Amino acid sequence: MTLPIKTQVQADDFDLQTEIDALASANCDIGAVVTFTGLCRDDNGTLAALELEHYPGMAELEMQRIASEALQRWPLDGVTLIHRFGKIVPGENIVLVVTASKHRSAAFEAASFLMDFLKSKAPFWKREIRRDGKIGSWVDARDADQTALERWR
Amino acid sequence: MVKLVYFAWVRERIGKSEEDIDLPDSVRTIADLLDHLKQRGEGYAVALEVPEVIHVAINQEHCQHSDLIGDAREIALFPPMTGG
Repeated sequence: MTLPIKTQVQADDFDLQTEIDALASANCDIGAVVTFTGLCRDDNGTLAALELEHYPGMAELEMQRIASEALQRWPLDGVTLIHRFGKIVPGENIVLVVTASKHRSAAFEAASFLMDFLKSKAPFWKREIRRDGKIGSWVDARDADQTALERWR
Repeated sequence: MVKLVYFAWVRERIGKSEEDIDLPDSVRTIADLLDHLKQRGEGYAVALEVPEVIHVAINQEHCQHSDLIGDAREIALFPPMTGG
């Protein structure tokens, strides 16, 4: 049986339930599905949208590599990674991680691992578009995201 | 001839998203490449002012500045990633 890995880079939104159903219906051994959804947030009322740039080709490849790594580390029955690009307004979805396993601990841990790696290794960059119409700055990488990677070494 | 591709503020500062260039034989590693590119003009110098923060991918795979360029077809330069 080939393990279901689905990685997708898309402009359109995704539907959580559709992705959960796709994973869970593939295998009746699955006892746990964990999902993480990352949203566009507006910290201080000045953000009109985020513009997400990506490296077409490498973004997909890197997401595949990250998913494969998770499958080597945990007994997973499936992984789905979806990352959006383009203009995304506050409250909208940016990223989805779904992990499926027999038991919850593997699914929880793998989802956390996948998110940490997506943030620091998948070639996406966020830029702010402000409410006054001005192009804001590129979002800075956070040291905390780099630190989060270290714990998986 | 190698294809260079740039993203986010690296792309903006250099002023183009990609270009094909011939590299002299003296450019063997990614660190050599960054040094070489800095000489190509002010935009490059500004983009690559702090080379330590520049991430690099060879043929769409992350690499280190000490890595050899070899027969790379595509080399990408970009700032730290901020997806997720």
